[in-house]
Amino acid sequence: MNNIYIYILVMALVTYVIRALPLTLIHKQIKNKFFKSFLYYIPYVTLSVMTFPAILKCTGNTTTALVGFIVALLLAYKEKSLTTVALVSSICVYLTGLIV
Amino acid sequence: MVVSKIELWKKGFKDAIPIGLGYFAVSLTFGLQCGIAELGIFEATLLSFSNLTSAGQFGGLELIVAQASYFEMAFTQFILNLRYVLMSTALSQKLDSKTSIPHRMLVSHGITDEIFGISMAVKGKLAPYYSYGAMSCAIPCWTLGTLTGASIGNILPPDILNALSIAIYGMFIAIIIPPAKQNKTILFVVILSMVTSLLFEVLPVLNLISSGFKIIVVTIIIASLAAYFFPVQEDTYE
Repeated sequence: MNNIYIYILVMALVTYVIRALPLTLIHKQIKNKFFKSFLYYIPYVTLSVMTFPAILKCTGNTTTALVGFIVALLLAYKEKSLTTVALVSSICVYLTGLIV
Repeated sequence: MVVSKIELWKKGFKDAIPIGLGYFAVSLTFGLQCGIAELGIFEATLLSFSNLTSAGQFGGLELIVAQASYFEMAFTQFILNLRYVLMSTALSQKLDSKTSIPHRMLVSHGITDEIFGISMAVKGKLAPYYSYGAMSCAIPCWTLGTLTGASIGNILPPDILNALSIAIYGMFIAIIIPPAKQNKTILFVVILSMVTSLLFEVLPVLNLISSGFKIIVVTIIIASLAAYFFPVQEDTYE
């Protein structure tokens, strides 16, 4: 029987080292134009990949999720705050769930 | 204008409220799973507090149940969380180059998909106190969610939990859409990324790739292509 605390320690250590190494080691501004551009595009790609199509499955019902997705897109297009977009789309998912 | 540390902290905390809500819902599910896997309440809570990552924890819990080797655990965590290397590298350019090592080490623990998202969306350079504000909201929510799930089971009705689980995605959308509106290249990158992500979900063979690894593969390919064809002009992070 392996020890649960050693498991937790291994998980936490590996995860922390992955997070900390680049941030603590890279102090200089990267000058290489390609690499700078690559880093610039990273958040847009990762956030898009994580959002879609996962958003359609997260509520357990494609119809409510689709409504939430569309509401979020519209509010984001209107440049509403993060909290507003997140809360209003949650409320719309809940309300749609009462009907369907 | 110099913004005080407390103001930065408050801004980070406020921006992280949707993260906190989403985290509570997801983390509660994790706590429930821990209960099913017969982990103690303390162990489950400690696990969430120290790891602060969803995919890694759910994956790790399966390995704990299977009594996998410690090496297997380390390797799986490495693969599931490798995307943080990309995020941490991007953040290294977003921080002021004079930011001290202790600040960098603290900010590092808060690198999650969501906190990374709001940190990169900050105008200008990222101040560590903004990250601390975001962490002060997100970490307690993540930890308390697991504590709640593991100790008293599912207190929220499933309808409300399901509704809350869209909060994090809503926040991601609120981060990527406004810049995509201004900049055609970003819009193109966003659409291409979503379509590629969908293909990885539906095409045979590709759909066998784990979600953590998919993020790495798609990010490297699309960000490289975008950097090659649409290089960004000076001072991207100013």
